[in-house]
Amino acid sequence: MIKIKINGQDQAWDGDPDLPLLWLLRDEIGLTGTKFGCGQALCGACTVIVDKQAVRACVTSVSDVADREVTTIEGLDPTGDHPVQKAWRQVNVPQCGYCQSGQIMQAVALLTENPKPTHDQIREAMAGNICRCGCYQRIENAVHLASTGV
Amino acid sequence: MNIVTNPQKLRGFEKQIKVEKISRRGILKGLGVAGGLVLAAPLMSRQAFAAYQTGASKMPHGVVVNPRVFVAIAPDGIVTIIGHRAELGTGVRTSLPLIVAEEMEADWTRVKVKQAYGDEAKFGNQDTDGSRSTRHYLIPMRQIGAAARVMLESAAARRWGVPVTEVRAQNHEVVHASSGRRLGFGELAEDAAKQSVPSIDALKLKDAKNFRYLGKGEVSIVDLRDITVGTAHYGIDTRLPGMKYAVIARPPVTGGKLVSFDAADALKVSGVEKVLEVKGWPWPSKFQPLGGVAVIARNTGAAIKGRDALKVVWEDGANASYDSVAYRKQLEEAARKPGLVVRTEGDVNAALKGAYKVVVGEYYMPHLAHVSMEPPVAVADVKGDKVEVWAPVQSPGGTREDVAKTLGIPEDNVTVNVTLLGGGFGRKSKCDFVIEAVLLSKAIGAPVKVQWTREDDVQHDFLHTVSVEHIEAGLDKSGKVIAWRHRSVAPSIASTFAANVVHQAPFELGMGLIDVPFEVANLQCENPEAAAHTRIGWFRSVSNIPRAFAVQSMVGELAHATNRDQKEMLLDLIGSPRIVKLDSVKDPWNYGEPYGSYPIDTARLLRVVEVVADKGKWGRSVPKGHGLGIAAHRSFVSYIATIVEVSVDDKGKLTVHQVDTAIDCGTYVNPERIQSQIEGAAIMGLSLAKYGEVTFKNGKVEQGNFDTFPVIRMDESPIVTHVHIVPPDSDAPPSGVGEPGVPPFAPALTNAIFAATGKRIRALPIGKQLET
Ligand code: FES
Ligand code: FES
Repeated sequence: MIKIKINGQDQAWDGDPDLPLLWLLRDEIGLTGTKFGCGQALCGACTVIVDKQAVRACVTSVSDVADREVTTIEGLDPTGDHPVQKAWRQVNVPQCGYCQSGQIMQAVALLTENPKPTHDQIREAMAGNICRCGCYQRIENAVHLASTGV
Repeated sequence: MNIVTNPQKLRGFEKQIKVEKISRRGILKGLGVAGGLVLAAPLMSRQAFAAYQTGASKMPHGVVVNPRVFVAIAPDGIVTIIGHRAELGTGVRTSLPLIVAEEMEADWTRVKVKQAYGDEAKFGNQDTDGSRSTRHYLIPMRQIGAAARVMLESAAARRWGVPVTEVRAQNHEVVHASSGRRLGFGELAEDAAKQSVPSIDALKLKDAKNFRYLGKGEVSIVDLRDITVGTAHYGIDTRLPGMKYAVIARPPVTGGKLVSFDAADALKVSGVEKVLEVKGWPWPSKFQPLGGVAVIARNTGAAIKGRDALKVVWEDGANASYDSVAYRKQLEEAARKPGLVVRTEGDVNAALKGAYKVVVGEYYMPHLAHVSMEPPVAVADVKGDKVEVWAPVQSPGGTREDVAKTLGIPEDNVTVNVTLLGGGFGRKSKCDFVIEAVLLSKAIGAPVKVQWTREDDVQHDFLHTVSVEHIEAGLDKSGKVIAWRHRSVAPSIASTFAANVVHQAPFELGMGLIDVPFEVANLQCENPEAAAHTRIGWFRSVSNIPRAFAVQSMVGELAHATNRDQKEMLLDLIGSPRIVKLDSVKDPWNYGEPYGSYPIDTARLLRVVEVVADKGKWGRSVPKGHGLGIAAHRSFVSYIATIVEVSVDDKGKLTVHQVDTAIDCGTYVNPERIQSQIEGAAIMGLSLAKYGEVTFKNGKVEQGNFDTFPVIRMDESPIVTHVHIVPPDSDAPPSGVGEPGVPPFAPALTNAIFAATGKRIRALPIGKQLET
């Protein structure tokens, strides 16, 4: 039995310990905010935060996060008003929106590590997150906005 | 109100970003960014709306203008407006209901949008493709809103016993000015519903100068908050009690078949419950599934692991020798010989023979995969002869029809619920993945979600075609172009619907070939034969991508050959302001629009070139190693011009420093979403130009995921993109926005690369061509 704290709640899993965390979140627990885009750590759609760090849930097995704390987009802020989420809305970032929960989680991890990133640092740190709709200019602006105060 | 203090650091936005907060029953909703450059207010005269026709009525099931279908008012005043098109990122789920709200004088903060299920008899055509939604529905949505307003006004006038001419709807209530009485929409809801629907022709539409929402770009998309908190519901997010998760192993070669499979190891995987065959249809079969072997499990991860453990024997069939290297040679050979003439003016052969100089350009573009961020996915629940589906489909009406046909049941037995789409780009116009879920749910007697992996998506897509464009231009002594022959050869999308198709369909010929807007006395377009060996489908902008790449690259080549500025060469070729005559073209198609309302108007094309040159500072001096390129293209009846500034360093590393795009899409609804579409089009254009390539060997796709089919990431995206929305002439009807931004990007980029390095890119993707 593997125990994980997800968004502050205790969860247990007694199935395949190698199951990617992504599918535990989405299919077994029903936290569908974390998305599937590639399954190979190539796109960032599945980004969650494990102990302050951005992690790709599609290549992280459930056993890797045993006894650790996982935060998904649903658990980022109790009212959905994390400064990064607010900045995203102020710049009207999304097009289809599918990549955005992963983008937001990556941005949160970036700002935890580097609260005042330059534009170049933002571009570098967010490069693992693909947006096929091409919202990059606005994502970059939103991260910048979040870092300077929304 | 909260003003951002350092707006100059927000790239690509010319105006200071203003952020307001309004409360919406506890929901915080960010109002829009007035970004980019809207050069002037759009002019929407009332006469204009009477004056133009669109092709909307010719679409399957046409248009339904009925407020009873599209609008509901609750006693608490909440107005629910139906969004009947699919939301794939363009903002249409917001824009069309906003048009209704505008005309009915509803207050947007008290409007809810409800997504329509697939039912074209009820809602009219629902195909969300072809950049058509605003251009086909601006007037119908205005009429629906106006009709609802009249019904509310009539109800109020009746209640007060005054003539309806004395009352007026404004801001979610009806007012009787002389007595000062007012009634909210909620209070009038019941009575208004009893009024008869007024005659559509008698409706008086609002004067544009009184618009509260249209043309302003101040309303955010309705799903904005849900997207940022993770509750927006995409196709992948549907969960039903007892639902099973499936992935499918499909024949690796198009037209291949299952011979046998061994499921023993797959069934040993923890969480896997069943393995079964999925029916396939012989190729070509429109949008029917490819068939294969399905692994059913308690979650997607287990299903994927189970599929990895399957042993399957396939028969590859007739396309087993499809090889992209050999096929390219075949296309090139075809392009060098005469082909079916699809437009001709003057005598191109004689003119080329007599020319002082002939410049030849041959351009190649490979297959592309759509790779929408959400791979194809669908949930189906089949109970007896009733089917319910939840899916991210661009064509819910078509999906319903195809599901019904597949099972041999009436369409009334099929419900297609449309989720948000995590991107579509044309892929999700084809419902093969939905039919797969339906077949599996029927087979196992439980709801099933079929999930495509990224590899499935790339390897079993309805790919963008592969093409060779061969252009010969003849110049006279003064450098004037006197002859233009364009041969375009590519397998047709029509090959997905019928066998033995070797020519492009009118809707493909009309995308940048026969509609070339150049004023050249001797002009001929030809379409040599090409057979398809895989499923070909619509990809955002479709044939416009290779054609604009070829034509606009040729403009650059001619500028170089005659030692002229690219922009001057382009203006010269477009020639005088005029309506282009397509007399020699059998079926000019014109995006399905009547030519009278949507002609090829070169004055508008010339103007977007001038606007982008002005705003994008064409001709500015750039640092060493940098270059500017320009391209212009009309598609989806809109006019677009793009300037790109690039640099290439000594290792061949490409940097896109600045993109400027001017768009004339006629009368528009939401400039903020136009800006986002054009920003995104630059990224998609850069992706396909730099990396986009799907290749076949032994009939199989060689790519699989974002490592082998890369797309642009943030660190290589343009440093800044400016969008310049050109105000339309007073009576220009609305035209496309979702697609037209893509085609001019690649040639503007490669023209810029030529300016920077002297290297001409004639084959996409650029790949390693700049490495030295
Ligand atoms: S789905 Fe995990 S990185 Fe793409
Ligand atoms: S908004 Fe569509 S993939 Fe990013």
